[in-house]
Amino acid sequence: MAARRTTAPATAADKAAQPTRSTAPRRKARPVADRPVRPIEADLDLATHSTDLVPLDTPSTLTPHAPDAAIRHGDVDEWGRSEHMRGLARALYDPIYRQWFRAEWEGLDKIPLDGPALLVANHAGAIPADAPVIMHGIESELGRPVYGLADYFFRRVPVVGTMWSRLGGVAAHPDNAYRLLHNQRQLVLVFPEGTKGTSKLMTERYQLRRFGRGGFVEIAMRAGVPVIPIAVVGAEESMPIVARLPSAAKALGIPYLPITANMLALGPLGLVGYFPAKFKLRVLDPVHFNVPANRERYSQSRVMDESERIREHIQDALHDMLRQRKSIWFG
Amino acid sequence: MPGEPTMTSPPAGSIGRSLDGRPRRVLVTGLGSFWGGRVAQALEADPEVEVIVGLDTEEPRVELERTEYVRVDANYSILAKIVRATQVDTIVHTFLVVDPTQMSRRAMHEINVIGTMNLFAAASTPDSTVRNVIVKSATAVYGAGPEDPTWFDEDTPPSQPLKFPVEQSLAQVEGYVHDFAEDNPHVTVALLRFSNVIGSEIVTPLTRALNMPLVPSLFGFDPRFQFVHEDDVIRSILFVLRHHLPGVYNVAGAGLLPWTEVASICGKRTFPLLPYLTSELLWGAKRAGMVDLPPEYLNLLRHGRGVDNRKLTRAGFEYEYTSAQAVEAFIEAVRLRRTVGDAESGYRYERDVEQFFRHSPAVVRDRTGSPVSGGR
Repeated sequence: MAARRTTAPATAADKAAQPTRSTAPRRKARPVADRPVRPIEADLDLATHSTDLVPLDTPSTLTPHAPDAAIRHGDVDEWGRSEHMRGLARALYDPIYRQWFRAEWEGLDKIPLDGPALLVANHAGAIPADAPVIMHGIESELGRPVYGLADYFFRRVPVVGTMWSRLGGVAAHPDNAYRLLHNQRQLVLVFPEGTKGTSKLMTERYQLRRFGRGGFVEIAMRAGVPVIPIAVVGAEESMPIVARLPSAAKALGIPYLPITANMLALGPLGLVGYFPAKFKLRVLDPVHFNVPANRERYSQSRVMDESERIREHIQDALHDMLRQRKSIWFG
Repeated sequence: MPGEPTMTSPPAGSIGRSLDGRPRRVLVTGLGSFWGGRVAQALEADPEVEVIVGLDTEEPRVELERTEYVRVDANYSILAKIVRATQVDTIVHTFLVVDPTQMSRRAMHEINVIGTMNLFAAASTPDSTVRNVIVKSATAVYGAGPEDPTWFDEDTPPSQPLKFPVEQSLAQVEGYVHDFAEDNPHVTVALLRFSNVIGSEIVTPLTRALNMPLVPSLFGFDPRFQFVHEDDVIRSILFVLRHHLPGVYNVAGAGLLPWTEVASICGKRTFPLLPYLTSELLWGAKRAGMVDLPPEYLNLLRHGRGVDNRKLTRAGFEYEYTSAQAVEAFIEAVRLRRTVGDAESGYRYERDVEQFFRHSPAVVRDRTGSPVSGGR
């Protein structure tokens, strides 16, 4: 892992050095009171809900002020994300989000309408549905893009890697996270459990794995942004793993090869067919670290402590949500 | 520069005098290459540059008025003698091969690694007058792979071991540059890493690919590419000389473009090749001279590469072209050539004629030392 270097604090000169970025028009934050408080039942009424391609605020070089805006043929930004593709995906995914998973948010107002934050959530399901649900939810409810950090593995796979990138996926390199958060003031989503979370068996569900080496805390500290934990219930049951085939996975060069309950129930269709588990997402209070940004190093013990504390918060929230859950399918 | 009372600001477009206030005496390596010739041409117009000596194994391909051309062998064995005899204070080392289709691996090693070694050996003799060295490297030293960050900055190490000869060779050269800078603290050493160069004139594997009826790509991959315009390359070299900047700088236009969009700006469609065993499957086409995509470029078509250009812009450099604008300039030049044909001057180096214009007392010269009758 590349050690981060000292990065000069963003000065006026720094901003001037990248005019195409700093001129990005920021969306005005609406006061919380003005925000539509939408009961989730209302969302089921698709007639009132617009799935139009809502243009989101796009970062980086893709601004109308960019010197090459007239030459560009597409809207793929420096991270590979295309708002146009994202809009199509939102239109297609909306029925899955609203009617299959019936996603329900709690505390969405804790996610800022403007300014950076590192979103941290638990990760589950053989092909985890939590990432698209969180990204879709925030983009359609708050109208701002979310960049999802994920394993490099995707980038090796033809088609999948390109699609993943166009839809807002970014390789989980600390430099990428820092630039997105610190320089471009975006929302970045990360699952610190990584594949340890998604490869766990059904019997281990909702038992959080180790949060990596706390790298996400260090990035948030360095970028000077808060971490906003999100507890997700439902992803575990949408595609639970019954068994793993480690030697076959190794032979195929993939992180894990699961046999899911979906495959047993639906046959080959189970590769892509999710069970209609009810998704509930609870946004927890933002964690501010109160340390100076842009340091080369942070106290490793502090980083690990904060990481562990965030992990416990999510774990506690999950237990609380599971205590209240009457049915896997109906919430 | 403000705050430096001892130096008057050099006139616009000039690289200014050396740090001790004398007119510059510049050695340009690779005079016969695209870059060497262009740099020498730019320096000729500069009144603060007293002497320009150009080295190469081949004769210059552009018209030069006062540059002294010295033919050398590929690895510069007589260099120390030339440096001593000409008392140069500035070396512009452009003679580095970054395009693997140009020559064999062994020839490239001779030029890049051995040539650089000899250059530095010559520049670091105890009585050396060299005070400023600028080396033209390439962003190929970052490699390209799935674990790369979107943007490499000057300190980011490659995310996997470098696999290709060009990358390895440039990395070795850079090693010598670092050693030289460390051993010679009185010399200002700058290392410029250029991204994919494109523009109205230069020919590279990428421009050849973009000139094909269908632009080759790899099925399922659409990586982001970055470009730098050839004019910005020359301007950045002059900028770094003028400001005596030390250190490593990425030189690349702003913004990354998906390869399909690069093709689309050029008015082309892409032709997806099978992403596995590509080189092997292309063997026939390569033999037939239809396509010449070396493995480094196939790798780039899979992963792309972006480098952070902010260190140089923070130092005050202003790019004239973004990545997209550089591609646009390239295709505009292609369209123009398609209509009016190649505007090649048909210049050929004639030793006796060149010697006459440079050294005969019969030739009246202007302030820079160029013959006044010069057409330029």
